[in-house]
Amino acid sequence: MTTSTQMPAVTPPNPPARRRRGSAGKFQGGNPLVYAIAFVVVCATLGPVVYGVLGGFRSNGQLTQNPAALPDPWIFSNYAGVIANPSFWQYTFNSVVVAVVTTAIVVVFGVMAAYPLARYTFKGREALFMVFVAGLLFPATVAVIPLFILLTQNLGLGNTWWGVALPQAAFALPMTVVILRPFLKALPQELEEAAQLDGTSRIGFFWRILIPLSGPGMVTVGVLAFVGSWNAYLLPLLLLQGDMKTLPLGVADFSSEHSSDTAGVFAFTTLAMIPALVFFLAMQKRIVNGLQGAVKG
Amino acid sequence: MTDDAPVTTAASPVTSSGPAAGATREGRPAAGPSAGGRRAKRSQRRKYLEIAFFVTPALAMLLLFVVWPVITAVQMSVFRWNGRGPLVDFVGLANYVSILGNDVFVGSLVNNLIIVVTSIAIQLPLGLAIALLLNRKMWGQGALRTIIFVPYVLAEVVAGVIWFQLVQPQYGVIDTILLAVGIEPPAQGWLGDMDLALWTVVAILTWKYLGLAVILFLAGLQGVPEELYEAAQLDGASWWQVQRRITIPLLGPTIRTWGFLSMIGSLQLFDMVWILTKGGPANATSTMAVFLVNEGTRSNNFGIAGAASVILFLIALVMAVLYQRLILRRDAKGVA
Repeated sequence: MTTSTQMPAVTPPNPPARRRRGSAGKFQGGNPLVYAIAFVVVCATLGPVVYGVLGGFRSNGQLTQNPAALPDPWIFSNYAGVIANPSFWQYTFNSVVVAVVTTAIVVVFGVMAAYPLARYTFKGREALFMVFVAGLLFPATVAVIPLFILLTQNLGLGNTWWGVALPQAAFALPMTVVILRPFLKALPQELEEAAQLDGTSRIGFFWRILIPLSGPGMVTVGVLAFVGSWNAYLLPLLLLQGDMKTLPLGVADFSSEHSSDTAGVFAFTTLAMIPALVFFLAMQKRIVNGLQGAVKG
Repeated sequence: MTDDAPVTTAASPVTSSGPAAGATREGRPAAGPSAGGRRAKRSQRRKYLEIAFFVTPALAMLLLFVVWPVITAVQMSVFRWNGRGPLVDFVGLANYVSILGNDVFVGSLVNNLIIVVTSIAIQLPLGLAIALLLNRKMWGQGALRTIIFVPYVLAEVVAGVIWFQLVQPQYGVIDTILLAVGIEPPAQGWLGDMDLALWTVVAILTWKYLGLAVILFLAGLQGVPEELYEAAQLDGASWWQVQRRITIPLLGPTIRTWGFLSMIGSLQLFDMVWILTKGGPANATSTMAVFLVNEGTRSNNFGIAGAASVILFLIALVMAVLYQRLILRRDAKGVA
């Protein structure tokens, strides 16, 4: 553990090194075989998703008669039904609130904790950092049953947004600190010295210089926390009922309650995934950077 | 602001060598017992207050929601408890003995290990092959990378619900296509067949997570210096030789860290299995997480669930430490 945790100190966040596109030297592409393989990969990857989207435009009769066909005629009632379904919007709203609260806690507490760990010298700093690294070893799954008891019996947070958001944030914090610390460390020391010469305290430095400059790092950890919360299933499954359910629970319930209405299931699932999918793909670089940073930590 | 003066001088060498700077700093205030010493002490106290202010919220969250439940799991595991009333029925290690002799738990554990191994064994060569093929100037490269990432950013639940429909017997599209090309699909469906269910789950997991491997490998490939390729090209190396002798060895750290992510994920697998099969048929696809959720929520055997949690944690811990020791250590050394 110890050896790897010191790595970030030595290697500042990678962007500069990776700016160079690794496109050359691969002995120029354009080979038809490469395109053929790329085509197969795209079909295999997108096939199920596209099938789900198109399935929402078909009737159940069409789906049973010929599963592998295009909509004929195109039917919009499935999607209209989902859009008119108040539960769908309630689930979406719950998911948004839980994800936003989780993300806000993770980013604020994460950057606060990472700041002294990155830029203060004090006895026990590395030991304190190790507490967060050790936190990485406790997957949420392991503690989910006692967590469920703690939240419902001791804290009275069963079936609330906070009951899901707080533990999710807690489990995301170790990774956040591990990603942010090298990021904050890499900001030049001269900035801090100049700020101090100008009479700025360390807290002033944190607010006026560090926070604005660490925007990209905070976006990265924020996006990771948001994606994690948005897709989470196990903890919400144990804690949330009725109107408090998040979208993944809604999708799973709809799928089991309307198992004979395949077209409806496809429509519901499609509408639940498309907006998030677009947002996450736009943030792809952040997610990849974050995962790489986390792994290196 | 004079308070901060001693800190400024002490703080400047911090980033270069942490512990050493700390040591000299400790020594300084002790040496001077004068007014300067008192001032240093006050600023020292102020510094610790600042540290406490910054770190406490995160630490409190960790203690309350991570450490405390884990300790509770250990405590639960040595009692027989149905979730109500105080913990009084101390049973020692009986819960551990009970689950280690429980076919369902042992089967779940074996399934987890199968998924850990097969995920890496399938996704590594496949991901590497795709990444190497795509790592060249080609039309639509950006779009391709984005598309490959789609299954990864989908929720496991969403992917599971879609695949559940695709692999249905009779009206599922997979069976239709297979029948069209003359292959007879299993009668009880892919997820209903005792022998095939786990492999179907593994196949769907491959679809879901292959993109992550490809994307991470592609990102790693961009760190390979181009001069190496140019030199190899000048030496007349073939494309395959370049990949085998240069690219893959240099991709080592990325591959090893991806393997770590994949392993930890496989050990915790729950969502996909719960959506596709709930662990069935006859526990053929159950995992440790499925087992402990079943015991904890349906049977109210919290002692058993606690023992399963502890065993899952110990397995994850041992595998993580071994992986770190045997595989990742090389990378840390390489950097230091």
